Amino acid sequence: MNQDIYVVIEHLRNQVSDISFVMLAAAHALTKETNGSVVGLLLGENNQDLVKNLAADRVIYIDHPALAEFTSDAYINTLENLINDNQPRVALFGNTSIGAEIASVLSARLDLPLISSCINFDSNAGELLYISQICGGKIMIEGGFLETTTLATMIPGGYKPEQGQSKEAPEITIVTAPELKDLRVTLAQYIEPEVEDVDISREPILISVGRGIQNEDNIELAEELAELLGGVVCASRPIVDQGWLPTSRMVGKSGKTVKAKLYLAMGISGAPEHIEGITDCKTIIAINTDPTAPIFDVANYGAEIDVLDLVEVLIEEIEEVKGE
Amino acid sequence: MSYYTIKTVLVLFTLFIAGIIFFKRIYDYLIVNLRRGQPSNVTGQWGERIKLFIVYVLAQFRLFRYRKPGLAHFFIFWGFLILSLTILFAIVEGIAAFSDPDYIVPVIGSIGPLALLQDILAVIVIIAVLYDLYVRLAEDPERYTGSHKREGVRVLIYILLIMITLLVMNGIRINLRVDPNAGWRPISSVVGRLFVGMEETTQIIVEESAYWVHLLIVLIFLIELPQGKHFHVVTSAFAVFLRDLEPRGGLHSAPEFNGDVGVSKVEQFRWRQMLDFYTCTECGRCQDYCPAYASELPLSPKLLMMDLRDHLKERGEALTKESTNTSTHQSILEKELVGDVITYQTLWACTTCYACDQECPLLIDHISPIVDMRRHLVMEGRVDAELQDALANLARYGNSFGKSARARARWARKIKPKIKDARSETVQYLWFVGDYASFSSTLTDVTKLTANIFRKIGLDFGILYDGENQSGNDVRRVGEEGLFEMLVENNMAVLSKCNYETIVTTDPHTYNTLKNEYPTNGNGRPPVLHYTELLDELITSNHLSFNKKLNYKVTYHDPCYLGRYNDVYEAPRRVIEATGCQLVEMPRHGDRTFCCGAGGGRIWMEDNPDVQERPAENRIREAAALPDVSTFVVTCPKDLVMFKDAVKTTGLEEKIVVKDIIELVGEALELIDSEITE
Amino acid sequence: MNIVVLVKLVPDLVEELSIDASGIKLDDSWLRLIINEFDDHAIEQAILLKEQSDAQVTIIAPDIEGVDDVLFTASAKGADRLIKLTGIDEGEINNHALGRAVANEIKDLQPDLLLTGVQANDDLDGPVGPLLAEFLGLPYVGYISGVKVDNNKVVARKEYPGGLIAEMEVTLPAALGIQAAEQPPRYVAVSKVRQTMKTATIEEKSVSELDPSGSLSISKMYQPEVGERATMIDGDEEEITAQLIELFQELGVM
Repeated sequence: MNQDIYVVIEHLRNQVSDISFVMLAAAHALTKETNGSVVGLLLGENNQDLVKNLAADRVIYIDHPALAEFTSDAYINTLENLINDNQPRVALFGNTSIGAEIASVLSARLDLPLISSCINFDSNAGELLYISQICGGKIMIEGGFLETTTLATMIPGGYKPEQGQSKEAPEITIVTAPELKDLRVTLAQYIEPEVEDVDISREPILISVGRGIQNEDNIELAEELAELLGGVVCASRPIVDQGWLPTSRMVGKSGKTVKAKLYLAMGISGAPEHIEGITDCKTIIAINTDPTAPIFDVANYGAEIDVLDLVEVLIEEIEEVKGE
Repeated sequence: MSYYTIKTVLVLFTLFIAGIIFFKRIYDYLIVNLRRGQPSNVTGQWGERIKLFIVYVLAQFRLFRYRKPGLAHFFIFWGFLILSLTILFAIVEGIAAFSDPDYIVPVIGSIGPLALLQDILAVIVIIAVLYDLYVRLAEDPERYTGSHKREGVRVLIYILLIMITLLVMNGIRINLRVDPNAGWRPISSVVGRLFVGMEETTQIIVEESAYWVHLLIVLIFLIELPQGKHFHVVTSAFAVFLRDLEPRGGLHSAPEFNGDVGVSKVEQFRWRQMLDFYTCTECGRCQDYCPAYASELPLSPKLLMMDLRDHLKERGEALTKESTNTSTHQSILEKELVGDVITYQTLWACTTCYACDQECPLLIDHISPIVDMRRHLVMEGRVDAELQDALANLARYGNSFGKSARARARWARKIKPKIKDARSETVQYLWFVGDYASFSSTLTDVTKLTANIFRKIGLDFGILYDGENQSGNDVRRVGEEGLFEMLVENNMAVLSKCNYETIVTTDPHTYNTLKNEYPTNGNGRPPVLHYTELLDELITSNHLSFNKKLNYKVTYHDPCYLGRYNDVYEAPRRVIEATGCQLVEMPRHGDRTFCCGAGGGRIWMEDNPDVQERPAENRIREAAALPDVSTFVVTCPKDLVMFKDAVKTTGLEEKIVVKDIIELVGEALELIDSEITE
Repeated sequence: MNIVVLVKLVPDLVEELSIDASGIKLDDSWLRLIINEFDDHAIEQAILLKEQSDAQVTIIAPDIEGVDDVLFTASAKGADRLIKLTGIDEGEINNHALGRAVANEIKDLQPDLLLTGVQANDDLDGPVGPLLAEFLGLPYVGYISGVKVDNNKVVARKEYPGGLIAEMEVTLPAALGIQAAEQPPRYVAVSKVRQTMKTATIEEKSVSELDPSGSLSISKMYQPEVGERATMIDGDEEEITAQLIELFQELGVM
């Protein structure tokens, strides 16, 4: 077993996802303890250019037509050999649609321990420690790494993506792909989400609605408010699941990560999947009747009041102020 | 052969034919189908039944809720009953015609005062019918929307003709000097004078023609009777007499057919329910007071009865003729009662407020068929998402809010000293708090105030803390009988271990089910009081008196489950009066109260976005129209939530404020803030 | 077609969670265990597939408090066979061990399709679905929100963030991690479940040997410190509105 930290880079449609940078940042923290290198693992077809701002000591790149788009079997078969042959100290995966499944299968196939939902790593007297979050973020678990190659999946929140980015491209080692045939999983096609009227990830002012809005009709009020403030309406998953707003407006793990200057969370409780999407927002104001709602733990300001009681008064007052 | 012999033969013949058709129709339409229905227990308590008959049939009591139409119907009813004797005489006299053309029924046919009564009644009936025709044709009130209006007008004209021909016959007989009671028939005499100029033979021809018109119209009316709304003429007496005497607030347990709970085929209704479908007179009074109908949801209790009746007849016919098996019969038999005949939206629109049953002159029960069909929908899993969530939460946490049971008494956390735990300490009053009062943020302050007032009055009370489950009243009315049973089991398990004298609650729904549906414990059910009843008792026995007299004008909204279901109208009013407030009644008050729209599980269902005016908004506007009234007093937690919301959505915040009665009590007691622990 | 659904019961997050005296386990005195929401979707998806074609649905779950109700409810929805795995010590189970134990039981069933929730809120050593798939040698795709069976393969709609969907073709037999069924889990009346309890049977299979390898070292379990909580704005609608407008102005939004 070497002391390197492997990071399985995730990319989709030629874009490296934020979680990859978070993992690279985590990997650097880990190598401080292990004194190994941070090695990025990039699988794809003609995707070499994606290494350009990865903050890795080096990147192993594997090119193969079957790796052009992510499919579980192809990725797993490729990584299987890489990990088995090299035996890194730790291999990091994202706790995502890509990383979560391949990490688990590899753990079973290679009989290696797997720690999931890691948010942070630490060390204590030479022992590597993981800190994971379970039960919707309500419970934290800490423990030590076993003395063997260990796989871990990560969630964002402990490290900033910026810490995993670099201005210089790392050196690339090209490794031949294994024979990838008779794959049991193949990609038939992508189905695009509805045409985006608005890209909420680029909007500076967001009025976000959750279950507290109660009724599809009340979203009109949020629209009015958004218009007055020059912003755009977005929502947590339950609202989109009901069909009250299109998927393009969904904020969170299954939706978009937003980086607004002002994020007004109205009637949103703050489930971890939602919080994942808003940690980069500058100012978060939360309106919720439940004082124990987790949203108040990440918000900068909060008011314990019913959205529906507040929003009409707010609209009126803003109109008055603007009228002056 | 003389005309009179022919007359006898024809009378007998037409009687015979009409009789056969009449009875056959009753058998085919009614009896055959009632026999397919499920058993009903409607015997016993004969004294009560006779009383009902006298009040609702003989005195036509409910009819007078609409004063003028009620008066008209009263006279048409009694007129008809008494004048039917005349018709009987006419038939007998017709039969006797072959031997004596001027035959008059002996004894009864010659009582003078009876003749006078008949004359007067005939006129009154004519006036009543003319008034009714005016209402139907000129006013055409909303309540007849969907009813068979032409049939209504046609029958009124029949009655008019029957009366007119009667007077003509009487009149001409007086002219011909064959009536010994001529002196007792002033009206008939006047009518007779119209013909006095004619020759005798002409008059006789007119008389005989009138006779035949009279007889034939009666017989036509008779044979048409079983097919439409006038069947109530036959069924109403039975309907009232064989009334279900279970308490209003107690539903029958769910019927089960091969493991399927609820009614999915019309023959699965109890025959007594079916009798109601036939008895509907299409008067629409229920429709006038239905909150669902008022908010333009697809529910009218009247149309529901009519649809069930038509389906029952159609299906009954098809079932009887099953052997012929035509495709029409097949398609009729394939029609689903729930879904095709009665739509889901119709069934889910009902708030079970009882306004329809209360208004109906023939005491028809519209609610139990709705609940029985809902029971089937629930078994099929055809429940909308929001309702599903509420039910799942109730099953898991014992409350519809989806909060942990341990959070139930959080409202009481800061009250010192701690409120007694009725599960472990003996109390006089066991306060069954209820879901909304415990969990809804709109209610927290009112619930705390109630606790503090109970304490100030010196009541020995306790609550069940997290041992309390939702009482299940509306769960039952939504049709989830299994879940209701589960909630009852859970509550009874806790209650049976408690030591208390009386249960008190602020929630009328809780009150209703605890009082009328929960299992008895061998000694009957423990007494249950609504907090207004308790306050009233305490005021009357001088255990509670007020320092301050409040001076404002208020109006009071009777909760459906307290008023209509359980007859508690006066206690809350006495309490309001005791605080010094001046009570101004809304037009729809007492047993005519207009439902807030939350009952029957509606508060757990998605709002229909097309609704222009919700019931609570309609009601608040009614209150706001009262001059100088600034306060809308409620005595139900759901009313508080619904009406506070309605005040906002109607923009009437400046005009009227919603307060729980306990807030008035608090003010009158001059409960200062420091006494109300935060 | 033979469909098997693996169901887990997980802590109900509505209840307050606390750590027990050992410091590394959840205190089970107030713990309520409920069906993993994603497994509920997996059951629904299985029943939907059964309604569309001729399939047999088997539900398998570890024996833990509350499992009977979960299994009977699944049966009331239309599941054909119910299996409960006994002999698993609730406290010591990790997903690797569970996966191995279930794999042992299921391999005789020869499932064509294995469905389970894509994740559970108490997963620490990875979700159980892909582990189980690998122990059975089945291909696995997760985050599935739509399933169509087509002869000897299944077309599964895999969800990516932002609403993007990837249609993956997977050869049968296969395992899928369900994110959402094609329709929300249906409602089952309490009476129906109670009736099923009288007619359906739960088969009990005892786990002969539990291989716990894969378990992790846990040194501490705790509730996160509420970092810096939001500055709360007090008052009624008007007061809060006034303060919010000030804030907006400060932020340059107004």
